[in-house]
Amino acid sequence: MNLRYSWPPSAWGKALRERAGATAPQASEIARTGAPRVSVRTAATLGRSGRWWNAPWFDTIQFLVLCGALLGLIVSGAMSMGYSWQWYRVPQFVFRVVDGELIWGPLAAGLAVTLEITACSVVLALAIGLVTAFLRLSDSLAGRAVSRVYLEAVRNTPLLIQMYLFYFVLGPIIGLDRFWVGVSCLAVFEGAFACEVIRAGILSVPRGQGEAGDSIGLGRAQVYRHVILPQAVPLMLPPLTGLMVSLIKNSAIVSVIAVLDLTTAGRDIVAETFMSFEIWMTVAAIYLGITVPLSVFMSYVERRVRTCD
Amino acid sequence: MSPRKGSQGRAKVVVEFEGVNKWFGDFHVLKDINLRVRERDRVVICGPSGSGKSTLIRCINRLEEHQEGRIVVDGHEIGNDPKSVAAVRREVGMVFQQFNLFPHLTVLENCMLGPTKVRGLSKAEARDRAMQYLARVRIPEQADKYPGQLSGGQQQRVAIARSLCMQPRIMLFDEPTSALDPEMIKEVLDVMADLAQSGMTMLVVTHEMGFARTVADEMVFMDEGSIVESAPPERFFTNPENDRSKLFLSQILSH
Ligand SMILES: Nc1ncnc2c1ncn2[C@@H]1O[C@H](COP(=O)(O)OP(=O)(O)OP(=O)(O)O)[C@@H](O)[C@H]1O
Ligand SMILES: [Mg+2]
Repeated sequence: MNLRYSWPPSAWGKALRERAGATAPQASEIARTGAPRVSVRTAATLGRSGRWWNAPWFDTIQFLVLCGALLGLIVSGAMSMGYSWQWYRVPQFVFRVVDGELIWGPLAAGLAVTLEITACSVVLALAIGLVTAFLRLSDSLAGRAVSRVYLEAVRNTPLLIQMYLFYFVLGPIIGLDRFWVGVSCLAVFEGAFACEVIRAGILSVPRGQGEAGDSIGLGRAQVYRHVILPQAVPLMLPPLTGLMVSLIKNSAIVSVIAVLDLTTAGRDIVAETFMSFEIWMTVAAIYLGITVPLSVFMSYVERRVRTCD
Repeated sequence: MSPRKGSQGRAKVVVEFEGVNKWFGDFHVLKDINLRVRERDRVVICGPSGSGKSTLIRCINRLEEHQEGRIVVDGHEIGNDPKSVAAVRREVGMVFQQFNLFPHLTVLENCMLGPTKVRGLSKAEARDRAMQYLARVRIPEQADKYPGQLSGGQQQRVAIARSLCMQPRIMLFDEPTSALDPEMIKEVLDVMADLAQSGMTMLVVTHEMGFARTVADEMVFMDEGSIVESAPPERFFTNPENDRSKLFLSQILSH
């Protein structure tokens, strides 16, 4: 059994779970309340409550009917508008193969910019979040006030307005180009969320841990580095993955300041080709293609932190 | 101060409280505390819940701040100077009711953290030292486990070893057995008695009167933030002077 390198270690997971107050239902409790006696077979074909409308096959049919109806609506709507579908023209905007050579299209280039913006903003947002979280937790009145004002200002103004402020006011003053205006605005916006996540993570470590660190003579920074953060970070990871998803989505807003991201690329193509249905559906699908795996990964990490053994 | 055993009468004073007062907001939690602990003394502090016992010993390594009076530990006055607080924390070990082991580190790593990061020992030296103290608390075989895999009694013994690895001159214990199942209390008390035997200066908050009677050379009784009585155990248990001590003893000994 190699406990040393399993992540997070199983005993640690147990401690985290106990702290979260997640307790498995006790056998005695189930005996008392009387778990429904449904055979495994019936449970599988009939679902939780044993009624046919909760059965998985009925769920699937419901889902397929719904999707079909939606698709039918779109197709018939488009037909009645006289919309001519040109799906065959879409792939060239993603990539083309000319003489056996791969050439990336504007959508792929836009996606690259979107990912670049996201990556830069995540790093910056984490830095901002870390600093403001420590300010909020500090003894300094001024520090707490600064982070409080920042949080309230960012949370209570529209992201679009923040982008305009950064682009028209801050950008010219400090001389940032569009790309970095977009990145810094997104970072400041998401930094508020990162701050809350980091703060909550740190506060979820019991006080006694810090006191134990103090009592063996560790300094403030050492207590954070060796005692508090190693316990807080696993708890922060799932919400921070969520921050990443939200950043990818919110990065679309840089299209208002004409940064050539995925959304801007889509808009430009639509302006040229009038294929609004196909292009916007494709753009949405590309966003989904990135965010869904991230979300799935997030819930996997979340489950691991909560139930690893 | 109260009379003490002759052999210890001339030992150096290592913890001294002089007119210490502390408030939590409006609540006067420590009232004019005067206390002297000499080298190799074993002081047991008892008293009803909420009387300020934990607060008193937590002032010694500045887990709590006092507002009035002087606390001098091992020659350092405890105050706002972070250097003297750091110096005191290096020399004073503490064992908590809830163990407070680091759950993300193995038993061995728990014991090595202080020596490597604070004392500057190499990994190998720290490991040797940790194994030595784990042997002393009788659980060397658990070194590679995580705290969550141990019983309460084992965890508390690891916590004692973790403190001892810093080779402190003074050990503070805040109700070290109160969170333990009855069958595990003895294993922890035995380790503490060994430690007392070896000459460690100890301040122990506990309701284990059997332990107090055999190990302590000074009983301190607190009530409502004051030290009400302070006496050697033989006198404290057989002939307490104060009415509140009498009442407390009759309640605690009747169980
Ligand atoms: N951080 C705090 N803020 C406000 N009041 C506090 C704080 N810590 C302790 N107190 C109060 O101070 C009083 C003394 O607390 P303390 O923990 O020192 O008592 P104790 O003698 O150790 O009791 P116990 O036997 O229950 O551990 C209690 O009434 C408690 O409610
Ligand atoms: Mg207490």
